[in-house]
Amino acid sequence: MRFDYSPAPESTAVVDIASSYSLFIDGAMVDSLDGSTFKTVNPATEEVLSEVVDAGSADVDRAVRAARAAFEGTWSRMPGRERGKYLFRIARILQERAREFAVLESLDNGKPIREARDTDIPLAAAHFFYHAGWADKLSYAGLGEAPKPYGVVGQVIPWNFPLMMLSWKIAPALAAGNTVVLKPAETTPLTALLFAEVCQQAELPHGVVNIVTGAGETGRMLVEHPDVDKVAFTGSTEVGKAIARSVAGTRKRATLELGGKAANVVFDDAPIDQAVEGIVNGIFFNQGHVCCAGSRLLVQESVADELLASLKRRLLTLRVGDPMDKNTDVGAINSAAQLARIRELSDIGEAEGAERWSPPCDLPDRGFWFPPTVFTGVSPAHRIAREEVFGPVLSVLTFRTPGEAVEKANNTPYGLSAGVWTEKGSRILWMADKLKAGVVWANTFNRFDPTSPFGGYKESGWGREGGRHGLEGYLHG
Amino acid sequence: MGEPRPSDETTADHSRDALTTDPVHQGAHTEHRLAVRKTYKLYVGGAFPRSESGRSYEVTTPDGHFLANAAQASRKDARDAVVAAHAAVAKWSGATAYNRGQVLYRVAEVLEGRRAQFEHEVSVSEGIDAHAAARVVDAAVDRWVWYAGWADKLAQVLGGVNPVAGPYFDFSVPEPSGVVAVVAPQRSSLLGLVSVVAPVIVTGCTAVVLASEERPLPAVTLGEVLATSDVPGGVVNVLTGRTAEVAPWLASHMDVAALDLAGAAPEAVADLERAAADNLKRVRRPDAHEDFAAEPGLSRLRAWVETKTVWHPIGV
Repeated sequence: MRFDYSPAPESTAVVDIASSYSLFIDGAMVDSLDGSTFKTVNPATEEVLSEVVDAGSADVDRAVRAARAAFEGTWSRMPGRERGKYLFRIARILQERAREFAVLESLDNGKPIREARDTDIPLAAAHFFYHAGWADKLSYAGLGEAPKPYGVVGQVIPWNFPLMMLSWKIAPALAAGNTVVLKPAETTPLTALLFAEVCQQAELPHGVVNIVTGAGETGRMLVEHPDVDKVAFTGSTEVGKAIARSVAGTRKRATLELGGKAANVVFDDAPIDQAVEGIVNGIFFNQGHVCCAGSRLLVQESVADELLASLKRRLLTLRVGDPMDKNTDVGAINSAAQLARIRELSDIGEAEGAERWSPPCDLPDRGFWFPPTVFTGVSPAHRIAREEVFGPVLSVLTFRTPGEAVEKANNTPYGLSAGVWTEKGSRILWMADKLKAGVVWANTFNRFDPTSPFGGYKESGWGREGGRHGLEGYLHG
Repeated sequence: MGEPRPSDETTADHSRDALTTDPVHQGAHTEHRLAVRKTYKLYVGGAFPRSESGRSYEVTTPDGHFLANAAQASRKDARDAVVAAHAAVAKWSGATAYNRGQVLYRVAEVLEGRRAQFEHEVSVSEGIDAHAAARVVDAAVDRWVWYAGWADKLAQVLGGVNPVAGPYFDFSVPEPSGVVAVVAPQRSSLLGLVSVVAPVIVTGCTAVVLASEERPLPAVTLGEVLATSDVPGGVVNVLTGRTAEVAPWLASHMDVAALDLAGAAPEAVADLERAAADNLKRVRRPDAHEDFAAEPGLSRLRAWVETKTVWHPIGV
């Protein structure tokens, strides 16, 4: 017998979405000089939410000039104590308007309201709160007596955690005394545009934060703008390499948070139920649209059958569907393009011989949907074991010895995150030491905190975000 | 400078004489004996091969006197050096910090013991007098000792425990990133060299070092010091040759994790950085105003480490 929950929809009445938005430059919403427009849709319904600007080079140039003027004129001259108070204000306003941001994030991104409400928005506010306190303490950051900001920072962020990525980028940049031009992802621009209102409410000096919407070309123009001193990017490794090439030979600095193919390693002594929760959280959180997602499950052979049976049983209880329903665990895939990529790689997984399984689930007729999917019989050579799927797709591999687990886990050009599940403390520390990853979660997964440095080894990027280490990307000695 | 050391008298006098006759080989001016000249070779994987290409090039004093023929490394030599460095990473990075500190200090001891040779080579390579060369060697030994002391302190200074909002024990530690390719400073043949090599290996990384093109002799001799001071083979590999020829192969090599462009020509930097982007190497750009006499700070150490953060739940 199946007992189902009644729908518990979150009201969307708290959000007013305008039919169109302009750009946020020099403290005001201004019309585009040379851009075109495009529509942003609700991925769960394919309904158009609003029309936004695809900013052109004149728009980007104007935003960079506003940021430069603000850097020279006010922000870099302001005592750290005062800068910090602006950041505290922003943190508070985000907390006060948390519900509005959470609903808007779910509508524009497709993520479950439960996650936007409990993870994205609180963490975004926490990042401003944490970094606010750094603004007047930069001489304690380990970078010399009086570390200096770079100047104008061009920031390009992805669509998986739109407001959270905005806060990871803007909060440390501002705390350090830089000014910013931020380009949100083309499919999820709305919370960034709402954030422009927060800047106005906080009476942030004009030009300190500028937001230009657009697609990849707008991002490229921002990254390559000659008056940008520092580039901060989160996104694919492919684009990260292009940015690394574009800043080569210039005075520009760059920090890059790129892709991952995390191994989640389960030993035979792990508490199975907890490990299953961690695996689910690792790969199905945010529809798997997470660069540090635990997309490769490495399970010790002796417990593989038991663990997989338990995992599949657990997946039968995952609720896929309306992101605005507070009971929903897995929401919509962010875009038609991303859905096509997930489908393509999954089909390749099957074609290469892995066995595909999904729990039976009724997907809505409209919108972009992909069921939670598990591939077993995956070999390390399969493309689904090597390439970032960026969707709710788990590849399962097995191992026999800890040494083999380490070798398989590290057998990728990425090095962003990893998970370890075992009761044995000595083994946890041994594994944590051996895994080539910037973040290792032991008996937990997908934890984030503004005080905790996050970032990758190898081709997962340059630099860290969060903690004292994150400040290094925005200051020089 | 304090009292002149015995070596000052002998080496200084000899080298001053020697500059007009045979500037490299002390003793060559005596009439009774033909000097045994040193063959300068590469230092790769703990051995001293000649270039597989069979090539060598002339090294001269700044005013043009012939000093020696140095091996002219090829692409193949560079790749062999990366293979050796890559193979050495696991053991070297797995050594305890205390052990690495001991090994580095041992290098300083052996450097000090060979100071006469270094003073002479620095003097003829850089065209400075014996007293100035002695000061350079002092500074180089002291620099090496300074870095040796960082081995077991870096994790405490660059790492930490993060006060996350939840029941987790969360700590960050610096870890070596792997093989670092170093384009050594072109002018400062010993002090500049040790200032870029020591920070790489004290972190647990291994190094492929492309020595100063015009002034490579102290680098070869440093290789001899490293070979006799407990540094495992492959941890430091020294190539001599044409920077413009070899550096691009190191910059594009997929087993090289990081790149120090200290001695790269300004016009070559952009291409080397672009090549390094193929595997997102960590790149340290050259600083034309870098003062190797000043205390270096942590920036080179920080450049070659990754920060690893580990989370673990707290509960009963």
